[in-house]
Amino acid sequence: MNIFTWLNDQLLKMKWLWDLVELLVEKVFGLSMGTRIGGSIHFFIYDAIKIFILLSLVIFIISFIQSYFPPEKTKKIIGRFKGLKGNIFGALLGTVTPFCSCSSIPIFIGFISAGLPLGATFSFLISSPMIDLASLMLLMSFFGTRIAIVYVALGLIVAVIGGIFISKLKMEKYVESYVWDVENVDIEIEKMNHKDRVEFAKEQVKDIVGRVWPYILVGVGIGAGIHNWVPQSIIERILGKGNPFSVLIATFIGIPIYADIFGTIPIAEALMAKGVGIGTVISFMMGVTTLSIPSLVMLSKVVKPRLLVAFVAIVTLGIVILGYGLNGFSFLLI
Amino acid sequence: MEIMILGTGCSKCEKLEKNLEVALKELNIDAHIEKVDNLAVIVSYGVMSTPGLVIDGEVKSIGKVPNVKELKKMLGK
Repeated sequence: MNIFTWLNDQLLKMKWLWDLVELLVEKVFGLSMGTRIGGSIHFFIYDAIKIFILLSLVIFIISFIQSYFPPEKTKKIIGRFKGLKGNIFGALLGTVTPFCSCSSIPIFIGFISAGLPLGATFSFLISSPMIDLASLMLLMSFFGTRIAIVYVALGLIVAVIGGIFISKLKMEKYVESYVWDVENVDIEIEKMNHKDRVEFAKEQVKDIVGRVWPYILVGVGIGAGIHNWVPQSIIERILGKGNPFSVLIATFIGIPIYADIFGTIPIAEALMAKGVGIGTVISFMMGVTTLSIPSLVMLSKVVKPRLLVAFVAIVTLGIVILGYGLNGFSFLLI
Repeated sequence: MEIMILGTGCSKCEKLEKNLEVALKELNIDAHIEKVDNLAVIVSYGVMSTPGLVIDGEVKSIGKVPNVKELKKMLGK
């Protein structure tokens, strides 16, 4: 075994933790891993601990990087690019700008008032919740590098193309009029030194872990349930490769749900183990992270129904096409 | 002194308000604190990451909750 495989297994996949929890389940609880109850308890404990370790670590690193890209600065960077380049930079910066759904509306108003094109703003709004460096690292740990890179690359493509469609539809008049009246103000952003950034990153870890832990436990719980209690045949009938509607079903289940990628991963993991196609799983994850009822309610404060519907339709279509495409080409990935 | 907290009622805004009250009390400053949750107004201060803190019309902090010590420094100037 070479050193890279070992590092990947122990650090990213945390095989040591797997073994440790196996010991706990078999020796302390006296349950066999082969039984349903033993298996699901192992899944729950191992996945929950693993996600919390990865989450804290990853959020710390990512927040440190993100401290260089507050939205006030991102706005200025995207503003320098016109047309397609604006969409691409919007999508890319969406991956590094600190983002919680509660800040999407001030960001939207800020971008529009700064004269940024509507399309570039939407490219940013699509990519922001869907992909960030944290999701890349988490996906690498759970599903391997290749799937992680594919997820991020395809997510960026959906964000760029979605933004282009919205700009082609010329929907500026469907933005609430008060948004246009907000004056563009650039403020002096205080300079942060190295210590400030570390402090910021620590605060982010506390804040994010404190906010998302219930979603993670629910996600891991559902994952453990699927993993050990739901018969393979049922999952296969609904979401399996034999059902031509699998991607559509997965996307439409995912869309109304509000959760971030951390809560979604254990469910995706369990679905993959049950033989669900990679495209179907990715569609589900993208549906959950990018669109949700709470985020649409917030967005409806700044855009009129027509633009909201166009946004949902374009993103949904993108996710569905991606899912079917990936299922078709999955032999290249696994 | 006119102080504004810009934010849409998130937990961070409440924490900022608490810290602010402590800092004001320790410095013995009498100030009027106004909470602004109108997004158009918030953004018109150039703030996109909440909570934002505005003291006498000047944006002092964005996107974080300064601790009491930092707040005292901002109030002192």
